[in-house]
Amino acid sequence: MITVLFFAEIRDVIGLDRIVIKKDQITVLQLKRYFESKYPLLSFDQFMTAINESFVTDEEMIKDQDTVAFIPPVSGG
Amino acid sequence: MFKIVHDPISVEEVTNLVSRREAGAITVFIGTVRELTKGKRTLSLEYQAYDTMAVKMLGQIGEEIKNKWPDALVAITHRTGKLEIADIAVVIAVSAPHRKTAYEANEYSIERIKQIVPIWKKEFWEDGTMWIGDQLGHAEYPEGSPSKEE
Repeated sequence: MITVLFFAEIRDVIGLDRIVIKKDQITVLQLKRYFESKYPLLSFDQFMTAINESFVTDEEMIKDQDTVAFIPPVSGG
Repeated sequence: MFKIVHDPISVEEVTNLVSRREAGAITVFIGTVRELTKGKRTLSLEYQAYDTMAVKMLGQIGEEIKNKWPDALVAITHRTGKLEIADIAVVIAVSAPHRKTAYEANEYSIERIKQIVPIWKKEFWEDGTMWIGDQLGHAEYPEGSPSKEE
């Protein structure tokens, strides 16, 4: 099982701040495609991804128990 | 030294974190909620953060500063939640033996916050709302993807 965190626009569209799903042993890109098929309003290509609070690339493999966060372009400060 | 908070920020508290005998200068940046952006009136703002990762990335900025300006010391506090016009959203305090370093490291900090720290701002206007920075492809990282280090 993995935990996926949603923020900002993504959270508003999906209506949840997190979900726990059985989607390990796939790449970040595959996870993005999975969510894109469920939520066509969201374009995941423009989101960065963090696994366990570190930025990763789309090729990164997701492991069991990982926490994955999709990071829209940030606007703090 | 690096915090995400939900209550109003005390500028003095953040400043005190970097106050020390070696310092000849402390620069303090106070980021506040602006009412007008390109003529459009903001009613209020909401900041959301990935709290734990945001604190970690603020710490990374601290590490980057330590590498670039070894004698600078930085403290950063960012607020989240609903903010009104003129409220303080972020305070950055940098102390250093000399003012040039304190100014430079402080500006570097706010630029890096805008690149790599997972905090988002939602604008509330009279005619709607919008998460800033991510609207359907308009939003871009100003300098490519957030780099892991500089």
